[in-house]
Amino acid sequence: MSALACADVHVALGGTPVLKGVTLALQPGWTVIVGPNGVGKSTLLRVMAGLLAPASGTVLLQGRPLSAWSARERARQLAWLAQQGEARGELTVRDIVHLGRLPQLGLFTPPGPQDEAIVDAAMAATECSAWQHRHLHALSGGERQRALIARALAVQAPVLLLDEPTTHLDPPHQVALVRLFQRLARTQTVVSVLHDLPLALQADRLVVMKDGRVEAEGAHDDPAVHAALESVFDHAVRVERVGKRFLTIPNLDS
Amino acid sequence: MNGHARLLRRRLVVTLAVLALALVVAGLAAGSEGWSPASLWGPDAPLIVGQIRAPRTLGAWLVGALLGLAGAVAQGLFRNPLADPYLLGAASGATLAVVLGLAAQAMAGHYISLATASLLSSAGLVLGAFLGALGGVLLTLLLSRGAQHTTRLLLAGVVVGVVLGAASDLVTNVAPDALRGKQWFMLGSTSFLGWQSVLLLGAGVLVCVPLAWRLARALDALTLGTDSALSLGLALPRLRLVLVVVLALATGLAVAQSGLIAFVGLVAPHLVRRFAPSAQGYLLVVSALMGGTLLLAADVLARLLIAPQELPVGVLTALLGGGYLLWLLHRRGIE
Repeated sequence: MSALACADVHVALGGTPVLKGVTLALQPGWTVIVGPNGVGKSTLLRVMAGLLAPASGTVLLQGRPLSAWSARERARQLAWLAQQGEARGELTVRDIVHLGRLPQLGLFTPPGPQDEAIVDAAMAATECSAWQHRHLHALSGGERQRALIARALAVQAPVLLLDEPTTHLDPPHQVALVRLFQRLARTQTVVSVLHDLPLALQADRLVVMKDGRVEAEGAHDDPAVHAALESVFDHAVRVERVGKRFLTIPNLDS
Repeated sequence: MNGHARLLRRRLVVTLAVLALALVVAGLAAGSEGWSPASLWGPDAPLIVGQIRAPRTLGAWLVGALLGLAGAVAQGLFRNPLADPYLLGAASGATLAVVLGLAAQAMAGHYISLATASLLSSAGLVLGAFLGALGGVLLTLLLSRGAQHTTRLLLAGVVVGVVLGAASDLVTNVAPDALRGKQWFMLGSTSFLGWQSVLLLGAGVLVCVPLAWRLARALDALTLGTDSALSLGLALPRLRLVLVVVLALATGLAVAQSGLIAFVGLVAPHLVRRFAPSAQGYLLVVSALMGGTLLLAADVLARLLIAPQELPVGVLTALLGGGYLLWLLHRRGIE
């Protein structure tokens, strides 16, 4: 049984259909959702996180409809990272990461030594321990993103839903994040929306979306997935094998 | 928390406590004739200090504390540093209730029966203002269909403010005798605070501060954005409703006792953030300390500046608070 699955999910936003019958079963490991702007990737992630109710269709978390889970139970199972951090205010990085323990602790239980250790580990994983006492408003975009990813990690949920987690990150931190996802994917289901196609191709599986539907789904080395990827981006990129890995190259010649 | 932040936070609390103590002494020594420390041990001290200055001084601090707390709650709830305690219709509701009470007294025997006028005035302007403040917030909640959407809540608050404000104007148009009382209420005053007020305000602080502090983590989570807070399993509609109730109680109690004192609720959280940026738990509690200290300072100044006359304390807080915000805007512009 997959940790998270969608069956014929339809969503309309402001009267405009955004998801038009998405059926998807997420396998353990790291899955990346790709597609052009406005095809419904972030909406799909929000529906899977239980933040948006589908107009029709079902989302199943561990075989149970998402709507049957209490908000707190669901929060313990699904950690979600927003596309563009709305975070503001005077919280320090450590305060932010601590918020990741809320699903486990609730509002009124103070964090214990075990929670502190989890927070430390989450900050170490995204390399923000050194500036954990800095305030969020004093951070660069990349630093802020790493703090928010650490917050999502601190939930210790079996499923991580991350909307464009590499935004604002420089190449070394993008690579570090890919390695982190690959490591996490051994024990957790990691789902991310990515616009960086070379990075997306390092995932275990890809879901290619077009116009509110899943165009193709499969392993990162699946030729059918590569063909769909080139097609949904109007052949502006082509997938090529470079050594052991697949990468996309901008198609500037055609 | 690192050592520097801890030091800043402790230093601010100690500074506010020392300032508040000094201002309490000043408040006891400042009377209608200006600065008169000798009155502290004179023969009339039990009456003048014990029955007039002491409750006024403590009451002013408590009103400021409630406004500071309400301001911090409003700013956290709306994720907007310009939010103030009067946003949700508490001010306009209280003003309308006071104006209605005053008009009823003025019109007794003319347009309404003496029995009705007596009923309205016997309910008391203070109780009326408190119920009016709560009624204004309740109307806002009804219009916005709960506290689920902050934008809707904010818009409903603006609508209620405008409509109830117009209703107050209409009443004063019909009963011009109520105008002077309305003006007094809108300027704000701590002159009439007695021991009964202190007890009520103290009870309000004892209820509202711990309740808000218990919900501080929800306000922390809200700084991440609504969706992120929801993804952490928080029952946001219910939590927001409790926070609105705290906001309404704190604001209602404060305005009922001392009228519409401007800017304290807006400025107190700003000053706390400036001197000791922190998570919401500290911000809420220390905004109450800051609000109390600010209003007490304004109250002492209002008594002393043009003694033997007294400035309306609300005018002073508006001038000082407005000046501070202008300076802040100017400074941000430069930065």
